[in-house]
Amino acid sequence: MSVIALVPIHTVPATQLEHLARGIREILHCETALLPRLEAAAAYEAARNQYNSTTLLAHLLPLRPPHSAKILGITELDLFIPILTYVFGEAQLSGAAAVVSSFRLRNELYGLPADPTRLRQRLLKEANHELGHTFGLIHCRNVNCVMHPSTYAEDIDLKAERFCEECWKEAFESVH
Amino acid sequence: METRDIGILIVDDERVVRASLYNWFKEDGYRVETAENAAEALKKLQATGYDIILLDIKMPGMDGLELQRRIREFDKNAIVIIITAYASVDTAVQALKEGAFDYVTKPIDPDDLTHLVRNAIHQRTLAAENVQLKRKIEELSQLEEIVGESPPMKKVLELVKTVAATDATVMILGESGTGKELIARAIHANSNRRYFPLVPVNCGAMAEGLLESDLFGHEKGAFTGAQYRRKGKLEMANGGTLFLDEVGNISMKTQMDLLRVIETKQFTRLGGEQVIKVDFRIVCATNKNLEQSVKEGAFREDLYYRLNVFTIPLPPLRERRADIPLLANHFVHKYALQMSKDIKSISTDAMELLKGFDWPGNVRELENAIERAMVVGSPPCIKAEDLPRQVNGQSQIPGGDTLADVEKAHIKKILERTGWNITRSAEILKIDRVTLYNKIEKFGLRT
Repeated sequence: MSVIALVPIHTVPATQLEHLARGIREILHCETALLPRLEAAAAYEAARNQYNSTTLLAHLLPLRPPHSAKILGITELDLFIPILTYVFGEAQLSGAAAVVSSFRLRNELYGLPADPTRLRQRLLKEANHELGHTFGLIHCRNVNCVMHPSTYAEDIDLKAERFCEECWKEAFESVH
Repeated sequence: METRDIGILIVDDERVVRASLYNWFKEDGYRVETAENAAEALKKLQATGYDIILLDIKMPGMDGLELQRRIREFDKNAIVIIITAYASVDTAVQALKEGAFDYVTKPIDPDDLTHLVRNAIHQRTLAAENVQLKRKIEELSQLEEIVGESPPMKKVLELVKTVAATDATVMILGESGTGKELIARAIHANSNRRYFPLVPVNCGAMAEGLLESDLFGHEKGAFTGAQYRRKGKLEMANGGTLFLDEVGNISMKTQMDLLRVIETKQFTRLGGEQVIKVDFRIVCATNKNLEQSVKEGAFREDLYYRLNVFTIPLPPLRERRADIPLLANHFVHKYALQMSKDIKSISTDAMELLKGFDWPGNVRELENAIERAMVVGSPPCIKAEDLPRQVNGQSQIPGGDTLADVEKAHIKKILERTGWNITRSAEILKIDRVTLYNKIEKFGLRT
C-alpha cells in the first residue's frame, strides 16, 4: 500500500497526531504523511455551532498528494451531516477522503473524568473505521471488528483497533 | 436477512438530506435508492420493491402524506418512516394514524435512526414470516382428508364451503362413524378463525360434573381434587371454534349453563367469581334426533334453536356406496405408509364384499376393517379372508375363557350390531353410557 495523508483540521495536539499516525501505520501496514493544517471556517454552520463533515471532505480531496492512496482529516471540532445531529466521522465509501473527530469521543462530554489514553484509542479506532469505508468496507457484524458500527463512544471501547479476518481479506489483501 | 437484501428508498426534495441518508445507509450495506419527489418515488416503487421507505412529509407537489396513501395502494405492508421538521409534527401524527411505522424529526439522532431502522426490519421480517406461516397453514388445511365423490358427499362439501366463511353455528347430523369431526375440522380450516384453535369436546364421554369442569374450567379448591386453577375448553377456544361432539347427551344443567355462555359470551370458572369474556364459534354434532329429544323434554328447546342454525346432514356410508372403493383405497394407501407394508390394492372379490356390506359403523368401521386387513394380510393385495368376519361372513370364536374375555366379546358384538351407537348399545346392555365408555376404554375396543 502507498501512503495515507493525514491532515490536522483547525487544532490537533501533536501527541495525538503522532499516536494516530503510528497506529494507522501498524494496522494498515502503510506509510503516513503529515500535511499542513486545514482551516475549517468554510464548513462551520452557525445555526448548529457545528462543522459540516461533507463540506470538509470536499475541501480535503484536492489536498491529496498524487502518491497518496487516501487522505484523512483529523479534528477536535464537532461534526455533523445535515440530516443527523452529529457524527464521529465521515468517509467516501470506496472513495479517497475521510474525516474523523475526537469531539464526541472525549469522556468529559459525558460528565466523566478525562482519559487521554482512552481518547487516543477511540480516535485510532474511528480513524481506521472511516479509512475502512474508503477501502470499500461496509459495517461488519463481528462485534470485535473495527468496522462494527458504534453509536455511542462506549460502543467504540468494545471493539478492537483491527479489522476482522474477513474485512481484512476483502479490503486489503489485494492491496498488500 | 442480510443487509444487502434489504431495500431502502429515501424520498426527500433536499439533495443534502438524500445524499446524507444515502451514504449513511450505504455504509451499513443496504440497497439504497433516492427520489427527489413523489412522482420519481412512485416510478421507482413500481419498478422494484423496497422494504423501508423514508418519506419527507413536506415536498412540493404531492406531499408525503398523499404519497404514503399511494404507496399503500400497491404495497399495503410497506414500512414507511416519516421524516419531518418540528413544525409539522401534527402531520406526522396523521401519517402514523394512516399506518406509518414511525416518524423522526430533523436533524435525526444517529442512535434513533439506527434503532428505528433495526425495528422496522424486524417488523418487516415478522410480517413476511407471518404471511409465509399463514400460507403454510392454508396449504395444510385443505379439504384433502375428506374422501368422497358421490353426489351426497359433493353436496356436503358444498354446504361446508357455503357456511365455513360465515360465523354461523353449525349442526352436523350423522350416524356414528360418518366423519362428523372431520367435517367440523374442515369448517374451521376454511373459516376466518382458522389461525385460532379448534377445541373438540366429547360431551357424551364424560359424566356431568366432569364435562362442566372440562368446559368452564375451575379455580383451585373448587371441588375435591381441584388442586390447581385450570382453564376450561371455552377459554381455550377463544378466537377459534368449539366443537361439541354428541351434543345431544349434555345434561339439563350443563345445557342451561351452555345456553347462558352462548347468549352472553361470558362465564365464570367453577368456584370462581371472575367473569371471563370469550369469542368462539360453535360447531356441534349429534347422532340423535334432537327434535325428538326436545319433544320428550330431554333437550332444551331454546338451546336447540341456538344450535340448529345451519344443518349439515352426513349420509351414512350405505347411502353413498359409490365412495366405498375410493375410501377403501385411501385407507390402504394410508396404512401402507404407516405400517411400511407393500400392499397397494384390494382384490376384486374383497372389494365386492366391501361394496356389499352395510357398514353400520360407517367410514370408521370401514377404516378399522382395512386397518385390520393390512395387519393380517400380505402383499401384494388385501384378500377376502383378510377382512373381518362380519364383512366376509365367516364366524369367529372369541379368544379366551375368562369372564372378561366373554364380556369383551359380547360388548364388541353389540357395538358392531348397533354400528357403534353408544346410546343404543348401552340400552341393550342395560348399563349407562359412561360405564360403556369405560368398558370400551378398558378392553381397548377402539384400537
